[in-house]
This record gives sequence, C-alpha cells and structure tokens, in this order.
Amino acid sequence: MALLEIKNLHAGIEGKEILRGLDLTVNGGEVHAIMGPNGSGKSTLAYVLAGKDGYQPTSGEVLFDGKNIFAMEPEERAAAGLFLAFQYPIEIPGVATMTFLRTALNAQKKKRGEAELSTPEFLKTVRAVAKDLSIDQEMLRRAVNVGFSGGEKKRNEILQMALLAPRLAVLDETDSGLDIDALKIVADGVNRLRGPGRSFLVITHYQRLLNYIVPDVVHVLSKGRIVKTGGKELALELEARGYAEYQEEAAA
Amino acid sequence: MAELKIIKTAAETGLAQEFAQARARLAGGPAIAQQRTAAFDVFAKEGLPHRRVEDWKYTDLRALMREAKPLAAPPDAASKARAKNAGAVLGDVETRRLVFVDGSFVPELSDIAALEKGLTVGSLSHALTNNDPALSVHLGKLAPVSDVAVALNTALMGDGAVIRVAAGATIERPLHLVFVSGEKPAASFMRSLVVVEKGARVMLIESHEGPAATGYQVNAALEMVVGDAAHVDHVKIIGDGADALHVSTLAAAIGAKARFNTFTFTSGGAVVRNQLFLNFDGEDTVAGIRGATLLKGKQHADTTLVANHIARGCQSREVFKSVLDDEAHGVFQGRIIVKRGAQQTDAKMMTRSLLLSDRAEADNKPELEIFADDVQCGHGATVGAIDPELKFYLMARGIPAAEAEALLIQAFLGEAVEGIEHAGVREALMDQVAAWLKART
Repeated sequence: MALLEIKNLHAGIEGKEILRGLDLTVNGGEVHAIMGPNGSGKSTLAYVLAGKDGYQPTSGEVLFDGKNIFAMEPEERAAAGLFLAFQYPIEIPGVATMTFLRTALNAQKKKRGEAELSTPEFLKTVRAVAKDLSIDQEMLRRAVNVGFSGGEKKRNEILQMALLAPRLAVLDETDSGLDIDALKIVADGVNRLRGPGRSFLVITHYQRLLNYIVPDVVHVLSKGRIVKTGGKELALELEARGYAEYQEEAAA
Repeated sequence: MAELKIIKTAAETGLAQEFAQARARLAGGPAIAQQRTAAFDVFAKEGLPHRRVEDWKYTDLRALMREAKPLAAPPDAASKARAKNAGAVLGDVETRRLVFVDGSFVPELSDIAALEKGLTVGSLSHALTNNDPALSVHLGKLAPVSDVAVALNTALMGDGAVIRVAAGATIERPLHLVFVSGEKPAASFMRSLVVVEKGARVMLIESHEGPAATGYQVNAALEMVVGDAAHVDHVKIIGDGADALHVSTLAAAIGAKARFNTFTFTSGGAVVRNQLFLNFDGEDTVAGIRGATLLKGKQHADTTLVANHIARGCQSREVFKSVLDDEAHGVFQGRIIVKRGAQQTDAKMMTRSLLLSDRAEADNKPELEIFADDVQCGHGATVGAIDPELKFYLMARGIPAAEAEALLIQAFLGEAVEGIEHAGVREALMDQVAAWLKART
C-alpha cells in the first residue's frame, strides 16, 4: 500500500497558486527525488505536507498511510511519522537542544500511546545517534541551532530524523549550503536510515546530492506539477541538459 | 493664597484620615514623628500620582486606587497559623525566614535563633520604639523623599526588617523576608533597612503573597546600603493575590568595587508598581538589574527603575522581560543617569515584551541622561508576539502548540532569570513560570 498519495493537489500561499495539480505516490521503503528549478513549488510541497500556517491546499488530497493529512495538526502529522528536514533550520535561543529533542520525542511517543523514554534511556539514545553522525556532544549542550554552522544545522536535522525515526522523511534542499564533506556526512546519515519501513522524499535543485543518496524514482517538478518521472538516470540527464525543456513544456 | 485646590479622591481623603487617626500611636521618637509628618506633607501637597505626573504616566494611581483601606491590625493567632507555610514559592531553598503577617513581624514564625556571626536581625517596630541609632543614620536617607509612594510609606510605616551584616561577614544562608498580607482587606506599610558593610556578602529575598479575594493594599519599601567590596544578591517575588494593590520600592546606595544583583519576579496582584532607585556612589561596581513579569487577565504591573551612576567606572546591566496575556498591561520605565563625574560608565539596558494576546499592552520607556563624555551606554526595547517560525519548527517535530509556546516563553524569560546566581532560586522561579504556563492552558 502507498505510504504517501498525493492526488491532484492544488495549493499556494496568500491566494497565489503554486502547486497546480500535483500527483505523486510513494510506497513504503522507496526513495523518491523531486527535482525542479527555482520557483517550481518544491519548498511549497514540503511545507504543505508538514502543515505550515499559510500554506493552504485549495483542492485535491494528500493521504498519509491512508489518512487525510489536512485533517491533522502539524504535531499530529509528525507523530504519525512524517518528518520535514528544513532547508533553513531555525535557531531557537534559550531552548536547550537536549530539552527540545526530549520534548519532541516524548510528545510523539505520548501521542502514539507509547511509553516515554526515561532520562538515562534518552541520553543513551541521543549519544549513540550523535556519534553516528559525527555530532560533537558540545553541540548538544547549546541552544537549538544557535551558533551552529550551516553544516551543523543540517546534521542536527538528520540527528532529529534519526532520533524520531519517521516513516516518511521529506528532505527540503538538504544539500544547500553544504560543502562536499558535510554533504557526505548528511548523506551517510540518511543512507543508514534507509530500510523497508522508511520512505524518503528528497527535494533538490541539483543532482549532486543524488550521487550519495541514490533514489529509486526521480520526478521533475515544474510550475507546480510533476512533468516527468523516471529512474535515477533521469537526474543525470537533468544535470547535463538543465530544466529548460520542462519549463517550456509546463508553460505550453 | 490663590492656590488651586484639587478635589481630593476618596482614597486621598481616606489616607489623610488614616494618618490623622494613627499618627499618635505610630512608633518612633520625636525625630521619627517629624519625619512622618514631613513625608505626609509631600503626599498632602501632591496627592496620589496620576498620568500627568511623568514618572507615573502609565500607572495612574489616582484612578487605579479607588479607596484607602484601613491600616491592618496586628495579626491574631488564627492569621499567624494560616501564615505558617507562607514563602513556599522558594520550594526547598534553605533560607532564614523572617515572617511578616499583615505588616507585623511574627517572631514565632521566624528563624531568629543562632544567627551567623556578623548578622544582626530585628524588627523595625522594635528599632523605632528603641530609637535604634542606625535608623537616624539611614532611614529615609536612601529613598527619594519626593516620591509619593515612598512618602506614604515613611508617614505610615509600621514594621519591617532591620538587618545588618558586619564588615567581612559572609552569610551563607539566604535571608528570606516573607510578607503575607490580606487576611483582611486592609493596608500594610512596611519599611525595611538593610546595611551590608564593607566586604560582606549576603543574599536577601523578599516574597509577597496573599489571598486572591480580599483586595488588600501593600506598600513596602526597602532601603539598603551596600558597602565597599560587598556582594549583595537581592530577589523580590511579587506574588500577591489577584485583587491586591502592591506598591514597593527598593532604594540602594552602592559603594565601590561591590557586586550588586537585583531581580524582581512579578506574577501577582491586580495593580503593581515596583520601583528601583539605585545610586552607584562608589567606583568600579558591577551590577545586574533584572526582572521577569508574567501577567494575565486585567493585571497591571509597572516597573520603574532609576540607575544613577554617580561614581566612575561602574558597570550595570539591565534586563527586563515581560509576558503579557489577555488584557494585561505591562509597563517598564528605565532611566539611566550618568553624572558628570561618572566617566567610564558601562550601562546597557534591554527590555522585551512578549504579547500573547491582541488586547495585551506593553509600554516601554527607556531614558538615558548622560552628562559624562567617556561612557558606553545603550538601551533597546522590543515588543512582539511569539515567532510563528519558531513555533512551527517545534510543532513539526511533534510538540503540540501549547507546549511549543510554553517552551518558547520559558526560553524568553530564562534569559533574564539566568542572571540570578543562586541555582536553587533560579529553579524555583522557573518552576513558577512553568506553573503559570500550565494554568494558562
């Protein structure tokens, strides 16, 4: 059964339509890449899925594990297993990273009716995950993302993903602002989490990230619609030829 | 005499009657009686402050104080029994408690045995009755006589604490002045004097509390001398009942090379005016002046600060944060004065308000008056709502909206609370914040 089903989705911000009839199906365990030029609606799709205020669907539907996600608050979507790795992770002064991680993890567990983690259990889990991602313990002692470099912020997103163990992770331009070493660390973190129980929607402008996170399916998004779907070789084709032909097609 | 006579309000008339009836029995010798009369004359001339008095612009006491409550009677056994557990706001912080019920010192509820070496503790009423020489040196000398709230306090002061920390003494256990009021809808005028001598160290906590429904009135003033090289941490917790009128004043004269920290936590009372008059009389002192205010309903709380840099080379940091819900009204007036001789003053004042409701109001009035030419002074003020981007980030990780807001509010206030050096007191106040947030949802 499909984990994520997007059917004829129209959505936008402040009355401006950005997604114009988007269809997409992601099955359990699959890695899908969505590539597209600037302004094609990539980040809008990410925010509509996560439930950000102001990103309103106008028609169509999105089913996550068969359930209508527009009937769910952002935190309910998260607890159901939807994770958005932000393109620009936010700095939250005064909120300790560990407090944040623990509150998030236990809020999700509570929502799902699972037992919350005790402090020692939680610390053990976080430390193990941080080690896998080469995240310094010192980083965990700071306020959320405050004073982090671009690469550290992205790694912190992957840390959260690893800890929260979602069923679908939406990576919104996770490669932006990363040098090649940071990109490899992030990609390694993602690859480690790949498995039959987890799907990914990797949103990116460039093919580069897909050398490290090899997708099962590649979609081209242009002007708010999927205009072409293919295998991983489609990404290489796009890298060589650019988006021009798709932009014209969508406009036609 | 063609002087224009302003019509007196019921509260002004009531205060005059209370003073006329009580003046003969109020404690103190002739000098004190004279001081009371002179102070009352300031009030008689000015009346209650109102919005056309600049220092009281946002807290129109003439309008907010409908009536003068009768002076509180000494507490009876039942009142004292009910006050037994007062001061619980500090949780399990070990303190030496001095308990005042409806404005009177209650020795049997207080820890006055086995005082540390160098610590002297007594009640103001005792000091007044016995003509304690410390009073003639300091009482009424530190607080501004022209301030009407202080003037009323001086005229009607009944009891309070008189504390001395001898030169060089370090008092490990914080002193806790526990003020419990409102057993009856009455008025208490409390005055305390704290003298911390050269090189001494002490932490002093004042907490105010009372029942929600009695509509009592509190006017508490504390005068403090901070000696050269002394280290004083002062914390005031205003947790009065929901109908209470609370006016309080801290006036301090701070010596050279001292460390002075003061923090005010305000969450109680219907109308609160908290005044700080701080004089930096000695060189090279470092001061932290901070506060956190949490208001809801129709609460009104005004913090008015005058930091007066007289001597050179002092550093002061002012950080005041308020969280305002419903129709609450938060006021901050902060004035930093740098006198001509106070070169190399380093003073930075920041005030931030977080509005949780469209109907809440924050008024911030920072002022700098600088007469020296080699100083670093700055101020900043912000008023805003919870950042929706931050909130969404937390919610996208599974944290429900109310919990996300609570986390952000705790972080916001935490920046001010972190300035308190005592970890236990910090935690106790953050617990108060958590309880306030819990009651909100």
